[in-house]
Amino acid sequence: MQLQDQVHIGGSADMTIETIAEPVRKNYLNDKQGILSWLLTTDHKRIGLLYTFSITVLFFIGGFFALMMRLELLSPRNWLVSTETYNKLFTMHGIIMVWFFLIPSIPNTIGNFVIPLMIGAKDLAFPKLNLASWYVFMLGAGVTIYALFRGGVDTGWTFYTPFSTGYSTTYVIAAAMGIFISGFSTIMTSVNFIATIHRMRAPGLTWFRLPIFIWSMYANSVVLVLNTPVLAITLVMVAVERVFQVGIFDPALGGDPVLFQHMFWFYSHPAVYTMVLPGMAVISEIVPVFSRKPIFGYTAVAFSSVGIAVIGFLVWGHHMFVAGESVYSAMAFSLLSYFVAVPSAIKVFNWTATMYKGSVSWDTPMLYAIGFIGLFTIGGMTGLFLAALGLDVHVHDTYFVIAHFHYIMVGGTVMAFLGAFHYWWPKISGKLYPEGLGKLGAMIVFLGFNLTFFPQFVLGYLGMPRRYAAYPEEFQMLHIISTAGATILGVGYILPLCYLIWSWKYGKPAGPNPWRATGLEWQTSSPPPTHNFKKTPVVNVRAYDYEAMKEQLGLREREFENV
Amino acid sequence: MSEPVLVGNQLLELREQFENPEQQRETASIGMWVFLITEVMMFGGLFTAFTVYRLSNPAAFNEGSKEMTIVLGAINTALLILSSFTMALAVYSSSIGKTKLLAIFLIITMIIGLCFLGIKFTEYYLHYQDHKVPGFWFEYHGPSARQVQMFFVFYFILTGLHVIHMTIGIGILLVMLYRTLLGSFSATYHTAVDLAGIYWSFVDIIWIFLYAIFYIPGLHLK
Ligand SMILES: [Cu+2]
Repeated sequence: MQLQDQVHIGGSADMTIETIAEPVRKNYLNDKQGILSWLLTTDHKRIGLLYTFSITVLFFIGGFFALMMRLELLSPRNWLVSTETYNKLFTMHGIIMVWFFLIPSIPNTIGNFVIPLMIGAKDLAFPKLNLASWYVFMLGAGVTIYALFRGGVDTGWTFYTPFSTGYSTTYVIAAAMGIFISGFSTIMTSVNFIATIHRMRAPGLTWFRLPIFIWSMYANSVVLVLNTPVLAITLVMVAVERVFQVGIFDPALGGDPVLFQHMFWFYSHPAVYTMVLPGMAVISEIVPVFSRKPIFGYTAVAFSSVGIAVIGFLVWGHHMFVAGESVYSAMAFSLLSYFVAVPSAIKVFNWTATMYKGSVSWDTPMLYAIGFIGLFTIGGMTGLFLAALGLDVHVHDTYFVIAHFHYIMVGGTVMAFLGAFHYWWPKISGKLYPEGLGKLGAMIVFLGFNLTFFPQFVLGYLGMPRRYAAYPEEFQMLHIISTAGATILGVGYILPLCYLIWSWKYGKPAGPNPWRATGLEWQTSSPPPTHNFKKTPVVNVRAYDYEAMKEQLGLREREFENV
Repeated sequence: MSEPVLVGNQLLELREQFENPEQQRETASIGMWVFLITEVMMFGGLFTAFTVYRLSNPAAFNEGSKEMTIVLGAINTALLILSSFTMALAVYSSSIGKTKLLAIFLIITMIIGLCFLGIKFTEYYLHYQDHKVPGFWFEYHGPSARQVQMFFVFYFILTGLHVIHMTIGIGILLVMLYRTLLGSFSATYHTAVDLAGIYWSFVDIIWIFLYAIFYIPGLHLK
């Protein structure tokens, strides 16, 4: 019993002494009951779960559109959907996946859940704002789904003008409205994270003692605060031009369509980094734990997130190499796009260096992390191909681009998302998931992913353009392989969903720290109590201090023997 | 939700996530500043687009600017600068704990804000009479009619967005007034008034830029 108030470092399923003494512990899940206690909660952990629920549903909606596209592409001719419907399929897939899955995916679920725990705070700085952001997000999602049911949008997720403002007859404004609204939720969450990370850290937790996760989430929030308002106002201008038919971007009305592209990509290139920075945040947590080593080059990894955030704002022109940009700006953007690869490479090298000579264990989160590193590297390297002016002209608007960014977004972010959920699942639910199924799932996802997207590099290089429902017959084989891979990938996504839900009820109790990880979130019970910690923790060690932990663990084991 | 904590000789609401009142105040303030950065970026997007088109059609944009009633714009600018001053006095009164003065200055600031809105809508009405409302009723005779219309598109979007911000600002001041009358503020706790002051000044500053880009360039053509 006297162990209960101590910091648990070596807890595991069969070592939870206190569960025997006190079977039902008060935690954030059983503290209050009833649906209203969830809908009106200001607890960051519960809000994280609300987000998880909504985002999972939206992910499967977006995934359904992808599946329909892949099925259509089984045949060189239209056989399943009309070309108009196909246009709507890829548009809705893009809109839902980008704004309603990728951007909020890790920050609003895992970030919401673990940031206060990691920094030893009772909650985020503005709990009510946090809840409001979920409602705003749901409103945005609702408006987008409304656009979907009214018949969808066919402009592509990029809303290029003048098609979106003058010619498209679909529900452009409703979809843009949905995105506009969800932008407010993004801003609310980012403001909340920034204020929290600045002001709510536990005593002794200096910036350079923070886990890398916090650094990356901070950089991510800063980017979102700076770029989301620009998208919002750009969409407002699109809506104004479309409703009133006054010239802003439409050349027929005196506007400049390239200005739209500048403004859109000023948002959307940094947005790409806001999709992958949280993934990098997760990997930086998982790799040290399962290598039993502190992260290699802490300062370099921390500042590489900042570097990505800064340089990420200076490269948007690489989306417009063939859109009538001057040669000089194209060269500058090309050069800067090479530069932005440097901080990402620093991360990749430091993760691998962390594993080097570590005692690596192959648990599910680590499998996802290693998958992330490999796939992200391929995605990043092919990004350099696209940053090269000459090559970009050749593969622009082909499946090469599609494959490239899916290696980053799906191979990177979604892998990290799944890895994060496996890694923190014991903390979130207090239960262990079945490890065997976990590993199987990670393997299926990896296999299915590569089978889906690797052929698309080849397709693109051979000249298959994106956004077409029909294609020359010689591409069919590669399309069939890609579709086959997509079905495997689908299975790989449904499997974790099933066993994670199963383990919520039937999983073995996890104990406070099943991974024997450092970090404050593992020093409180699982699931954590409503206010996270019984006593505000005080920090006097650096992050990932596995050496100190080994010593402490030795001490603790001796203590257990004495008990 | 919040427990009262004794600070000095004053009971103060400390929300549960904070350790002490100082942390609560600093966190709120950083939240406000970060929010204002998002506002800068949002207006910044519009200013950028405006600048791009102004650079490609300088003459037409000056012609558009000629259609503005400079006197009304100037009065509005003066009003907002004055309101920033009265708002600053409100913040000062709250920091020395003079809540009666605080209430008075809040009311004065709100009245000035409402005058601003009144004049702004008068201007809108004048544009309507001049047939200068793009998309509804726009007439302009001259070779660069389309570019002049674009000037007005930006004029309406930017000033419209500013009007929305002013309205929200007046709403915030109303809440501040209500809380002042309830006795929530004192020399030890007045964070909300400070933040309202920062927001109000920000909205004022935006207007000064709007005045400069919409009213002044056409002055020499009159
Ligand atoms: Cu880019």
